[in-house]
Amino acid sequence: MTTRLARGGRLLNRGRALEFTFNGKRMTGYQGDTLASALLGAGQRLVGRSFKYHRPRGLVASGAEEPNALVNLGEGGTFEPNQRATTQELYDGLAAESQNHWPSLEFDVGVANNYVSRFLPAGFYYKTFINPRPAWKHLFEPFIRQSAGLGRAPKERDADVYEHFHVHVDCLVIGGGIAGLAAALKAAEAGREVLLIEQTAHWGGRAPVDGAVIDGAEADAWVKNTVETLEGMENVRIRTRCMGVGVYDHGYVLAYERLTDHDPHPDLPRHRLWKIRASEVITATGALERPLSFAGNDVPGVMLASAVRDYVVNWAVSPGDRTVVVTNNDDAYRTAIALKEAGLEVPAVIDARTAPEGPLVERVRALGVRVETGRAVAKVKGRAKVEGVAMTMQAGEGAVLEVIDCDAVAMSGGWSPVVHLWSHCGGKLVWDDAQAFFRPDPEKAPTGADGQPFVRVVGAANGAMTTADVLADAGADAQAAPEAAGPIEPVWIMPQGAGPELRSKMWLDYQNDVKVSDVQLAAREGYESVEHTKRYTTLGMATDQGKLSNINGLAVLSRSLNAEIPQVGTTTFRPPYTPISFGSIAGQARGDMFQPLRRTPMHAWHMANGAHWEPVGHWRRPYCYLQPAETVEEAVQREVKNTREAVGLLDASTLGKIVVKGPDAGRFLDMLYTNMMSTLKPGRCRYGLMCNENGFLMDDGVVARIDEDTFLCHTTTGGAEHVHAHMEEWLQTEWWDWQVYTANVTEHYAQIGVVGPHAREVLDLVGGMDVSKEAMAFMDWQDGELGGLPVRVFRISFSGELSYEIAVKAGYGRALWDMLAEAGREVGMMPYGTEALHILRAEKGFIMIGDETDGTVTPQDLCLDWAISKKKDDYIGKRGQARSHLTDPERWKLVGLETVDGSVLEDGAYAVAEGRNANGQRNVQGRVTSTYRSPTLGRGIAMGLIRRGPERMGEVVEFTRTDGTTTRAKIVQPVFFDPEGEKQNV
Amino acid sequence: MLILRCPNCGIDADETELAPGGEAHLRRVGPEASDDAFEGYLFHRENPRGVHFERWRHAAGCGKWFHAARCTQTLEVFGTYSAQVTDPPQDIRDAITARRPGWRWRDIE
Amino acid sequence: MSDPVTALGGMTADSFADIAEQPPRGMVLLRGDLSSAPVQRAAAEVAGVTVPAPNRFEGEMPALCWMAPDELLLLCDYDEAAAKVAALAEALQGVHHLALDVSDARAVFRVTGLDAREALAKLTPADMSPAAVPPGTFRRTRMAQVPAAIRALDDTAFEILCFRSVAQYMADLLISAAIPGSEVGYWQT
Repeated sequence: MTTRLARGGRLLNRGRALEFTFNGKRMTGYQGDTLASALLGAGQRLVGRSFKYHRPRGLVASGAEEPNALVNLGEGGTFEPNQRATTQELYDGLAAESQNHWPSLEFDVGVANNYVSRFLPAGFYYKTFINPRPAWKHLFEPFIRQSAGLGRAPKERDADVYEHFHVHVDCLVIGGGIAGLAAALKAAEAGREVLLIEQTAHWGGRAPVDGAVIDGAEADAWVKNTVETLEGMENVRIRTRCMGVGVYDHGYVLAYERLTDHDPHPDLPRHRLWKIRASEVITATGALERPLSFAGNDVPGVMLASAVRDYVVNWAVSPGDRTVVVTNNDDAYRTAIALKEAGLEVPAVIDARTAPEGPLVERVRALGVRVETGRAVAKVKGRAKVEGVAMTMQAGEGAVLEVIDCDAVAMSGGWSPVVHLWSHCGGKLVWDDAQAFFRPDPEKAPTGADGQPFVRVVGAANGAMTTADVLADAGADAQAAPEAAGPIEPVWIMPQGAGPELRSKMWLDYQNDVKVSDVQLAAREGYESVEHTKRYTTLGMATDQGKLSNINGLAVLSRSLNAEIPQVGTTTFRPPYTPISFGSIAGQARGDMFQPLRRTPMHAWHMANGAHWEPVGHWRRPYCYLQPAETVEEAVQREVKNTREAVGLLDASTLGKIVVKGPDAGRFLDMLYTNMMSTLKPGRCRYGLMCNENGFLMDDGVVARIDEDTFLCHTTTGGAEHVHAHMEEWLQTEWWDWQVYTANVTEHYAQIGVVGPHAREVLDLVGGMDVSKEAMAFMDWQDGELGGLPVRVFRISFSGELSYEIAVKAGYGRALWDMLAEAGREVGMMPYGTEALHILRAEKGFIMIGDETDGTVTPQDLCLDWAISKKKDDYIGKRGQARSHLTDPERWKLVGLETVDGSVLEDGAYAVAEGRNANGQRNVQGRVTSTYRSPTLGRGIAMGLIRRGPERMGEVVEFTRTDGTTTRAKIVQPVFFDPEGEKQNV
Repeated sequence: MLILRCPNCGIDADETELAPGGEAHLRRVGPEASDDAFEGYLFHRENPRGVHFERWRHAAGCGKWFHAARCTQTLEVFGTYSAQVTDPPQDIRDAITARRPGWRWRDIE
Repeated sequence: MSDPVTALGGMTADSFADIAEQPPRGMVLLRGDLSSAPVQRAAAEVAGVTVPAPNRFEGEMPALCWMAPDELLLLCDYDEAAAKVAALAEALQGVHHLALDVSDARAVFRVTGLDAREALAKLTPADMSPAAVPPGTFRRTRMAQVPAAIRALDDTAFEILCFRSVAQYMADLLISAAIPGSEVGYWQT
């Protein structure tokens, strides 16, 4: 039974008790507890079930490397799965649930997997559940779905808020142990701007727990002093609860600050993701202890020796009354000392080494603890909790010498420097044979923009394993006495001659249920690469990311392959160091701020008048305006009819407007458009097509010539920014000697279309300009005044109707719109949206960029040869259009389509041809590009690209439908309405 | 996440302020070009492991284009320079030579 | 003639920094060779302030802001913009340039407070430290997902210029970046 000790606990505030629940059961802890220490303190040893076999799991570690104690936290909008109990600080009212069990933690049905484990070996996903095929759907998949996965995915929208923060620093120090503190102090004293971050709530790391003595005093005192010194320096910022997530190119580092996880607050950001640019990054990330691989090393109560020490010293929690220590190095002896000092019993230290010596060993012997050398654990007794260990000889095969009663086991297989952050951006590792770990290779550091190393590692992360070495490595002025320690003896399995029976109970990866036998099986099956073995066996996947299992796993693999460990190498360390919340990654980019939403000056009017919105790029445009009890379809049909018969009002503000000015402006536009723009007269407009160098159509719009030197180019709604960028690219990078300036003035203007037979009356009612046929011909533009506002009126038409587009400064856009809407009432004016706009243009056979074009369509494909100048030597796309494939007469070309039965073709439907292709699909000879129900004609109309289409007028072609049937449609001219253009020329 | 110094405004711009523009120093060919020449202009690109020349635009900044000389393997930046040149200037070539003796890119060395 | 309206009608918000959309502002775009004497002279004369160095502005109002090596933004009273454009055209007759009234294209927010700098640093990748952005800085950058310019009036007052269509987005961003209690405490001493 685990329990809270009466005395001690350096991080505890016993004056403040905190209530929390675990699986609904009420428990009590103290301020300063982690959820893990509080659970142990409350006697809760069982914390979860393993992924594959649903074996009972207890705490193994005390920090970020904990593989088992993953819990669900919160509920509803704050529910979050897979939270580590060891890194979650306790707060009053915390509610946690264990995961991966059904129906309960104590009694779990999935544990049956445990008894069929020989049928679930490495790679079982790939080997089993294949045949018979129907069984997959009805048997295997439901079974796997029920039992697989760790936590549940949240069902509700995340109720918390998150944010980002960008800073640039000289020197970022990651890790607030004594190495990080010393390195930060050193850098700060040199006058550099320093940011020091620590993932836990406490400074000092392991040193105070391990009884380090610095400058003759306890480590705590030195830590406190150093933190105070740093806090007092103007060039230093320090942060706890802030983890280094990843190190990226050019000194970019992500850090994850947990602002309110320890004290939830609904209105404050929960996490802050720091985006840091550092000239130098110092990682002082310490080391993690490795488990030992002996049979039953996953039984609840078997823990890392350092974790046992942490729980006893930091939180005054006893892992058990009798703890056996199993080790291959001196460090674990500290745990025996800590336990004895806390008044707990240590029945034995089982040391795999034959002749350990050194001050720690001697101290433990002097405390009267039995030290067994050259010995190993053959097997842990007990199923849901440790009941004893069977001792054997490390050199043997597992013959039991003696069973030692105990209720906890503290194990240490040595330490591995935390090299994750060093490795993220390309830092390489060397194998340190003497200490049996990988450490950073100082010759192969990550390099930055200047080609020089920008990451430095100090302390235990760099392989410095004693206090004195750590301080020296960090460049500290502080001193610690040198420690004599006996050498570690690498132990990859225990005992070294263990047979299959024992090996299949030695866990390498607790979370994913990967055992020594699985890695050995993978090696036998031919997996030589550590990366492949990882994926095949799932070793070190999920939240572990190589923290606990990595070195043991690859040591077992290398032995199976008869290779050296450095030859096999490690798997790739990838960010994040430990998982971070999705919310912190998104930051502000959620809800209304997920994307910028662009609004025209008339947005509020549309909103108040029933707009049904359509996203067009980042813009929101009214698709139609719904009247009471009207469907979207009905509204669209009404708007088209009203515009054709009376008059419509259109918000065209989103259309791009680019001013092009200079002595070479005409020459420049001649290169940009397929038409001749330099011959356009001031006061006149011309429709133009713009292609890319491939020859494909990219944008279209009306160009107005303002004066000799100045043009105003209209683009599509989605085209303003990229057409402007396209122009600037050519001017800056190809024709930089041409005298042309451009400016994107799209947002300076609101633009309003007044469209329909009564359009002129509406403008006359508002008054101020003569817009008669005589004063303003089709494709003219004029500056003037309407209703007292300065405006620019273009007489252009995208509907075939009499139509004026009026540009006004955006600050007056709403005022002009209101005047027009008011004046138009008399003549039955109604606003219309983008869908009516589309139908009006389709009835006239006008193309729409993005409907008729998709980046592979030329103007010639759309029969727009009239808009391609034959007189020009060159324009962008001319050479591309001359390529043989683009001049092939077999190309699909634009035609109109009329269904035989008057129905509406499906959007994007293919025109089928005779025969089938190599995949058994029907051959095709074209496709629908635009399709609508035309209220003007009372039938379905469509435009499409058909092979040799214009040569096949009158032919009937079949089009696919999604229900598998086909629809017959006749190839016709694409202009369905008013082919002579009589309506717009009035 | 690169940082490149925009030579037009002098800002050390974060990659997220920049827009990439592909390979540098392409020479446009027009209607008179042969199929081979046009194919080369439109499609053929270097793909070096090492020294490379690129075009970038300081899109969320001064809006101007510039050139960058960079190592595709280590992301070391040798220098950035004006977009209004047809070849890398000598000081950029020298900076590359200092770091990568014997480098070669297309027919430039 | 009615009065012009801004995108958000002059919204204000009290967060840990005060956020206020500014009234209509005259803005004139001038493109030309900024290294040439005629362009420098015309810009300075019409604006009434000297031509700023790169990434700087001169004058609070009227002001000239450095946009690019061939572009300045003149800030003035809304009603004066047309006259300024005309004056530039007059002064630069025969000199290749582009001068336009773009007063309505943008929204302007003022963000003030001891921690205003931190609110901005939550949104832009630009270095917002006092050393990198001293008073007088005009920094064009990205704020969240849109282009913007930051004008540092002094250490506790900044103007943000963005396109008019994303004014609401910018206001929402600024408010969310300045939630009371979310001060980072990084630069304020």
